[in-house]
Amino acid sequence: MERTTTRQPTPATPRPTDAGQDEARASVAADAKARLITEDISVHYGSTLGVCDVSLTFRDKTVTALIGPSGCGKTTFLRSLNRMHDLTRGVKVSGKAVLDGTDIYASGVDPVTIRRRIGMVFQKPTPFPTMSIYDNVVAGLKLVGIRNRALLDEVAERSLRQAALWDEVKDRLKAPAAGISGGQQQRLSIARALAVEADVLLMDEPTSSLDPQSTMRIEELIHQLKDDVTIIIVTHNMQQAARVSDYTAFFYEGNLIEVSDTNTMFTNPREKRTNDYITGRFG
Amino acid sequence: MAVITPAEPQRKRLAEVTPANLRRRYLRDRMMVGILVLATLAVLIPLLIIVWYVVSNGFQAVLEPTFWTSDLGSPARALRGTDTGLGHTILGTLVVDGIALLIAVPIGIGAGIMLSEYPDHPLNPSLRILNDTLNGMPAILKGLLAFALIVKPMGTFSGLSGGVALAFVMLPIVARATEGVLRIIPWSIREAGLALGLPRWRVVLNTVLPAAKVGVVTGVLIAFARAAGEAAPLLFTAFGNNFFSSTPLRYVFGPVDTLPARLYSLAISPYREWHAMGWGAGVVLLMFVIVTFVVSRIATRQRHQADM
Ligand SMILES: Nc1ncnc2c1ncn2[C@@H]1O[C@H](COP(=O)(O)OP(=O)(O)OP(=O)(O)O)[C@@H](O)[C@H]1O
Ligand SMILES: [Mg+2]
Repeated sequence: MERTTTRQPTPATPRPTDAGQDEARASVAADAKARLITEDISVHYGSTLGVCDVSLTFRDKTVTALIGPSGCGKTTFLRSLNRMHDLTRGVKVSGKAVLDGTDIYASGVDPVTIRRRIGMVFQKPTPFPTMSIYDNVVAGLKLVGIRNRALLDEVAERSLRQAALWDEVKDRLKAPAAGISGGQQQRLSIARALAVEADVLLMDEPTSSLDPQSTMRIEELIHQLKDDVTIIIVTHNMQQAARVSDYTAFFYEGNLIEVSDTNTMFTNPREKRTNDYITGRFG
Repeated sequence: MAVITPAEPQRKRLAEVTPANLRRRYLRDRMMVGILVLATLAVLIPLLIIVWYVVSNGFQAVLEPTFWTSDLGSPARALRGTDTGLGHTILGTLVVDGIALLIAVPIGIGAGIMLSEYPDHPLNPSLRILNDTLNGMPAILKGLLAFALIVKPMGTFSGLSGGVALAFVMLPIVARATEGVLRIIPWSIREAGLALGLPRWRVVLNTVLPAAKVGVVTGVLIAFARAAGEAAPLLFTAFGNNFFSSTPLRYVFGPVDTLPARLYSLAISPYREWHAMGWGAGVVLLMFVIVTFVVSRIATRQRHQADM
């Protein structure tokens, strides 16, 4: 099952963060089982490095926040977790991402099955423009052949309620999705991702286009979802990271600098760069 | 309470709006609109002249009810003033163009999807070369191709072979147009579909293609208009026929008449009466294309303009 990787030989001296990571892994929620483990994930855009050798463990039913200045590779890393880079030319991913014991990059693993288990919410709203609001929400079910009307109705309502959109659209579910506001479209995209009930949910700045009220509702949603799913969320909002996450990982220039439980991260970061970033000194 | 200081008045703004340069801007704007109107007229006027010329010469022929209900027969009919018309030609054209659309639309759209959505597929480069070659091939050679593929083995000229020949005309146009519109559909829509765990082909068929619907239909219409006016590929495929076929199947498997080819043969005939009918064929051909355009435009009109 070993995939040929194009990794450079590991440096003789371990990176200073390695010890810290292990420590963090050991210290927090050692009771929860690991759902998704990355081992030395690197992503190259042609010859430019996106992220370099990221090893992280995401435990079941926890929320991990990925933070770091713009361009540090958060999106790049997130997209490597559901093989979203597969379709972009010139992007090379190396390393492993092990979901419940299976490396999703191993040969013979179908990315479609992986993506059904690892859902994703994008930074920008992406409704399917020709579909109605209703059809958008249940697209992930309907388009794989689920036709049970009652079931679809139920899923649509539940997902829209969870995404804090139900009250605004319940009277026009058949209306075109392109005809709602940008913030509503973003919540629609969230509802659509919820409807397929993935085990892991990747969220790339899901609330960056939302008003404070909706943002609060989405944060509440993340709290609720934590009972069932593993969530990995990218955010530029430190308060949000502190509010919603159990763990926080700090990225800088394509490297994972530090990861620990969110409390420690925000009160007592080990690295100076982390401290500078979360206190707003750069980035 | 904070005191609001007024903006510094001395700093000159970069794009200062003064009455003089405002006037200049409006003038330039109006000039651009004028140029666009001229360009539009340069396209429209020749078109209107052609339409007017055809209609004014042909309207008398098409007002005759027998023009629609009778077949042509021999020139003697026209000369003697007995029933003659192009009913069989119109039927034949519907059959041949219908067959061409049935073949070219699914295959052309499929090829367009292949070109746009699966650029790394090993068959992609050959498909592109094939499509470009077909696009550049003279129409008469497409007729020869259909002749070799269908007429020879079947041993008879036929509506089917005519349809295949016209399909060769439509195919590259449909494929190119489909590829073009699919390429401008935002990549994010595909990613959104894939992130839901949908297979690639589902994403293309159910999310990307519907978003490109208007453009694809336009491509099909352009291809149809091109093919509907072609006479050359039909000369040795559909061949021509002066009479209604005896059974519906014979329109497909026997020689049939088509408007462009018939228009030509009527026009070069020595009979004044047939010349008039030739103009009538031109009118019908025009109507045929225009009606198809209008109907498909209405049928595919976006229910909600905000879509794109
Ligand atoms: N498609 C691409 N082609 C080439 N380089 C890319 C591409 N996408 C991202 N990069 C580069 O990879 C690096 C990481 O980008 P990424 O989008 O992951 O950053 P990010 O942390 O998500 O930033 P932001 O907070 O602004 O969203 C950047 O230097 C960026 O320029
Ligand atoms: Mg990003």
